[in-house]
Amino acid sequence: MDWKIYDLEDIDNQWCPGCGDFQIMEALKKALAELELAPNQVVLHSGIGQAAKMPHFMKGNFFNGLHGRSISNATGMKAANPELTVIAIGGDGDMYGEGGNHFLHTVRRNPDITNIVHNNMVYGLTKGQASPTSSIGFRTAVQTDGVFEEPFNPVAVAIAQGATFVSRAFSGYVDETKELIKRAIRHKGYALVDIFQPCVSFNKVNTHKWFRENTYFLDEAYDPSDRDAAMRKAFERAPYPLGLLYSVEGRKTFEENLACYAEDATPLYLRERKTSAVLEFIEALA
Amino acid sequence: MNVLPRGDFRDVSLVLCGAAGQGVQTVEELLVQSLHKAGFHVFASREYMSRIRGGNNSTEIRVSRDPVNAFVDRIDLLLPLNQGVRENIRERINEGTVILGDKEELGEELSDTSGRFIDVDLLQKGRDIGGKVYVGVVAAGIVAGLFGIDKSVLYGFFEERFADREEILRKNRRAVDVGYETGGRMKEESLLEVFLPGKGSAKGTVVLTGTDAISLGAVAGGCDFVTSYPMSPATGVLTFMAEHSHRFGIAVEQAEDEIAVINLALGASYGGARPLATTSGGGLALMSEGVSLSGATELPVVIHVGQRPGPATGMATRTEQADLDLVLHMGHGEFPRAIFAPGTLEEAFYLCHRAFNLAAKYQIPVFILTDQYFLDSYYDIHPFEIGHLSIEKHLVESTVDYQRYVITEDGISPRSVPGYGKGMVGTDSHEHDADGHVQEDFHLRKAMVEKRLRKMRGLRQEAVPPTLIGPEEYENLVVAWGSTRHIVEEALERVGRDDTAVLHFAQVYPLSEDTEGYLRKARTVVAVEGNATGQLAGVIRRETGFEITERILHYTGLQISVESVIDGLRQRLS
Ligand SMILES: Cc1ncc(C[n+]2csc(CCOP(=O)(O)OP(=O)(O)O)c2C)c(N)n1
Ligand SMILES: [Mg+2]
Repeated sequence: MDWKIYDLEDIDNQWCPGCGDFQIMEALKKALAELELAPNQVVLHSGIGQAAKMPHFMKGNFFNGLHGRSISNATGMKAANPELTVIAIGGDGDMYGEGGNHFLHTVRRNPDITNIVHNNMVYGLTKGQASPTSSIGFRTAVQTDGVFEEPFNPVAVAIAQGATFVSRAFSGYVDETKELIKRAIRHKGYALVDIFQPCVSFNKVNTHKWFRENTYFLDEAYDPSDRDAAMRKAFERAPYPLGLLYSVEGRKTFEENLACYAEDATPLYLRERKTSAVLEFIEALA
Repeated sequence: MNVLPRGDFRDVSLVLCGAAGQGVQTVEELLVQSLHKAGFHVFASREYMSRIRGGNNSTEIRVSRDPVNAFVDRIDLLLPLNQGVRENIRERINEGTVILGDKEELGEELSDTSGRFIDVDLLQKGRDIGGKVYVGVVAAGIVAGLFGIDKSVLYGFFEERFADREEILRKNRRAVDVGYETGGRMKEESLLEVFLPGKGSAKGTVVLTGTDAISLGAVAGGCDFVTSYPMSPATGVLTFMAEHSHRFGIAVEQAEDEIAVINLALGASYGGARPLATTSGGGLALMSEGVSLSGATELPVVIHVGQRPGPATGMATRTEQADLDLVLHMGHGEFPRAIFAPGTLEEAFYLCHRAFNLAAKYQIPVFILTDQYFLDSYYDIHPFEIGHLSIEKHLVESTVDYQRYVITEDGISPRSVPGYGKGMVGTDSHEHDADGHVQEDFHLRKAMVEKRLRKMRGLRQEAVPPTLIGPEEYENLVVAWGSTRHIVEEALERVGRDDTAVLHFAQVYPLSEDTEGYLRKARTVVAVEGNATGQLAGVIRRETGFEITERILHYTGLQISVESVIDGLRQRLS
């Protein structure tokens, strides 16, 4: 499938020239096209932030919800209709800050969704405050003396919470990012793709050059099914490992655990509940 | 000789009290089920402390040959199973109250009240049978004996529970026998007699709680997705739906917090589910931004709010009607909504069913306001009529050029869901264009605000009118909403005035268009509310311009009683 099928005409793209978000969108479009998924089979969920604007710049069903809440929307959506490919997209502030509690628990819940996080280590949309992943010492108009909080480690947290697919990419490497997204979508269960993304306007520390110099690809010999090894990799800092850190197959998804799918795979909107079922129930009480 | 019912009452009000975790609940269930099976109409209402063990909780059980469904202060027969009877019970004891208690347990407790104490050696009897656990069953046996219930009915209760535990079953049967004999002796010795003649008309009825009625209404309304974070008193609905999730094919998930609850529900709604969120005040407050999201995205959702006293944690296991203002105003920005407040089990069922169809039709949040009293109380009713109920989806199949937010005359844009048809469905929390894409066009903004608010017209026309109870021609009108309905009704019956009617609101927003007419017809209007500020009176003033100045407001944390309403009305009606 030609990935241009995902192009949306007449858009007023609000990303800054040179922003890593463009490359992530390209990688996502290509991944979806290569998986032969048509735009109307795909549901893009996002919250609020520069990254979260993505569904307005490409084709697909979309639910652009509230800041921090899109993985909950995506989980609900997937539970209502497991036949669709559901992707939740947002920034580091969106997913790890405002939505932190949902992140922790969605990982445990394991819905079959792909969670793409544009990790630029800054709040872009609100003009440059620190994010949960900003480095110690990062100075902003608010963090005037520099960030002192320990940076949030999404990949380690996800593994600790029992995630079944945990990966990291850098937007500068479009092909590798695309491949990782494809694997994440194919994975059955919750899949995290944390993507380093330079913010050209508000993060003058973690630039394109910085990410290139401070990352490396996991090699062929690396075994992503070894959780202890994955945890060690997850704690590595500058240089950060890129690729699939951890994955395990076979765990039941959220949807599979729901009573409504125990015997029937039909999406909920296509079902008819018989009033007689309710009647029988009440009569049995009498 | 003490004969019950007393005076001109037609029912016996029995109050059981005891510490949590001491089997009081079993005694309550045993009595309610047995009395009902024996053909009596029953009503039961619980009040309990927010603790797992100890303390002192009580259940009022009213027994009658006629339907009973309201909370009274009057205690005809008090069964204090443990010492430490709380003040809220003590102050309801008067000369007409018979207390069946054991001095060994109670000591001198309650001997300073005006109630007539009958000392029964319950503890000794329990020990003789096999331990303290049988005390409650002996007490229940006494009551059963006094009401002349067939013993086999009580045996049946234990046979169901302990079918394969011969020893326990035998002891419970024995406890029933002992209680029964004791009750019989009281009658012979002219100590106490219960005289409720007539035939039981309760045959064919079912005993349901408010929680049951709400949950069943949701099932009948096509609810297929339930999410919640446990919070008294709304947890019962979550538990009910979980228990029957396989039977009805319902997705049930306990979320990490109420912000997740509302966002899971809206995600499911976007995907085509019919979601229910159930919570109480604190959890509801956390959902505020999500409710606003429902407003912006026009995604249907039904939110059940079991009210309890606030502010903040308030009184976790108690009751109040003080969240109407929150439900009415929650969520930033302006968008339509509807609010129901059922007053009877039937209303709970039918309005909950209706809530799902209404939410789907208008693509709005619909609230169902109940409270601890309503959810935890139960009485017998005839099974609901269901045949005529339908589940209305209000969904369209999308075409390639489908647009989610087309501007229409009635404000309702045909709704599709992802995967249904060839098109795509876009939805956005920002102001958006017809495709759901974010737009900052000020003319479009104005048009979208107006489109959404135009739905209020249809919602108003479809609003459930208030129920007039009593004479069509009245001088005085008593306005009530939600859980106080039966209480106000019974109070008015006892006041016995043919110039006074009750106007009960089961839908509190938007108000039906005939509301004002009812109010203007009366010379005096009195509002009865379970809050301190007259929140429904406030809605009525805002919606109709009519000011209700006479108010009976109750906010102790306990439900207002029939007697309190009688007192309030006597003071206010000339
Ligand atoms: C409840 C709420 N709080 C705050 C905001 C304001 N806000 C919007 S986006 C954002 C942070 C964006 O940072 P990030 O998620 O990292 O996205 P980026 O712009 O960097 O891609 C904030 C604080 C909001 N929209 N909603
Ligand atoms: Mg960011």
